[in-house]
Amino acid sequence: MSEVKIKLRNVNKSFGKKVVLRNLNLDVYKGESLVVIGGSGTGKSVLIKCIQGLLTPEDGSILVDDQEVVGIEEKDKEALHSKMGMLFQGGALFDSLSVWENVAFDLIENKGYNKKDARNEAIRVLRSVGLDPDVADLSPAELSGGMQKRVGLARAIISRPEIIFFDEPTTGLDPIMADVINDLIVESVKGLGATALTITHDMASARKIADRVAMLYKGEIIWQGTVKDLDKTDNPYVVQFINGRSQGPIKTGV
Amino acid sequence: MIILRKIENFLRRQGKPLVNFIFKVGELFIFISQTVYNCFTPPFYWRNFTRQVIDMGFYSLPVVGLTTIFAGMVIALQSYSGFASVGAESMVASVVLISVTRELAPVLSALMVAGRIGAAMAAEIGTMRVTEQIDALTTLSTNPFKYLVSPRVWAGLVVMPILVLIGDVIGIFGGYVVGVYKLGFNPANYINATLDELQALDITTGVVKAAVFGFIISLMGCYNGYKSKGGAQGVGEATTNAVVSSSILILIFNYIVTELFFSR
Ligand SMILES: Nc1ncnc2c1ncn2[C@@H]1O[C@H](COP(=O)(O)OP(=O)(O)O)[C@@H](O)[C@H]1O
Ligand SMILES: [Mg+2]
Repeated sequence: MSEVKIKLRNVNKSFGKKVVLRNLNLDVYKGESLVVIGGSGTGKSVLIKCIQGLLTPEDGSILVDDQEVVGIEEKDKEALHSKMGMLFQGGALFDSLSVWENVAFDLIENKGYNKKDARNEAIRVLRSVGLDPDVADLSPAELSGGMQKRVGLARAIISRPEIIFFDEPTTGLDPIMADVINDLIVESVKGLGATALTITHDMASARKIADRVAMLYKGEIIWQGTVKDLDKTDNPYVVQFINGRSQGPIKTGV
Repeated sequence: MIILRKIENFLRRQGKPLVNFIFKVGELFIFISQTVYNCFTPPFYWRNFTRQVIDMGFYSLPVVGLTTIFAGMVIALQSYSGFASVGAESMVASVVLISVTRELAPVLSALMVAGRIGAAMAAEIGTMRVTEQIDALTTLSTNPFKYLVSPRVWAGLVVMPILVLIGDVIGIFGGYVVGVYKLGFNPANYINATLDELQALDITTGVVKAAVFGFIISLMGCYNGYKSKGGAQGVGEATTNAVVSSSILILIFNYIVTELFFSR
């Protein structure tokens, strides 16, 4: 558990005048499941997009397996992304492809699978996230939100990535479906032995998924610790956030 | 000194829009160079290319056919009323031929396709942008320029010339219909007059224009979609911008290409 998989140092990211991440430092250890909590619009999605090289910070260093991501060249991105999987907040399934083609995208486009093998593998993974083979030929638009999340999860794990990102995996789901997704996440992350970085503002989900929790506030990690530490801390920001109080040091609104 | 002061004041007042404009132009040029680079480097997604060819080519045939046939018909009618009835046959035939092949088929087809396909491209890619599907492509080790932009640009380059050649035939046929059935020309003479006038240069101009217009349509569709932000409203704006900007560029480049071919 001591090997650092992702290491962020003094990362700064702003959009125009709006500073989103400021001098952010964070370590994610190999094989752990780290959950970053924080309010809406605090820059949680920006954080994981920086780690994946989808956004470029103005300043700082992000190392993934000791490889620098900030300023990474186009040709090295493929190697970086081949060890990552991502479940997007809205699923981000490709509308123009069927469900199984979404799930098998990486196998077909990058791994040279033929259509039949790719389809069989996609159906196997769809089963593992609790979906019927019947959905394989549907289009993503025909699925419910929960099913889309499952398909997104299947697409994220099919290539057995070393690192998986989950962007608000339970947002927009009813509590029962949210819990099902949480279970699936725990199951698949442990099954793959992967390192997981989840961002969420759903505390029930955080408690279920996390080995460790970090809190993002005003562009910085202001607290981190285990799930047990979460209930013992007297950090006023964390206390306010996990109890969902409107009164406290965290000011809502702009 | 006074002039410098004036410039300074001008920049003060106009600075922000000016900087924005320069930023946009720079962004567009970076987009174009990325597009060109990725159009010529593997991998090439044949499946996406084929889908675009069908959407842009096959399904555009009805509108292209309709616009060019009426264009040819109206030109025949107009030019007849302008000429003395002696020798009208060959005059009408050649005016129809030249105006359809050089101007009307390429420009009208391109404007119609810009409305149909440029808008659809901007909407589709814009939706993919705001729903994070483009980010998803990248995280699946797929370059969005190669997967989305390059097949559309190639489709534009290949499909528009073919559409225009078909439009040429239909437009000339429109002129023939009016000439023979309304103006009472002799069919054989009209056809002969058309064939006598037929020159490779007229067809070439039209085809070169078509390729340029096809590139513009796909490029502006992809660019506006790719850069769209801010949800459904952003996608709507991208769609409008794609159609407006490609239509204007089509008209500008129509002049430029004509100038290149005919001003010597
Ligand atoms: N591409 C972008 N351009 C401009 N501003 C952005 C962009 N992406 C995110 N932001 C801004 O950064 C802030 C953090 O966004 P985000 O990371 O999506 O928040 P969340 O924590 O809810 O995931 C928001 O205020 C948002 O407006
Ligand atoms: Mg977010």
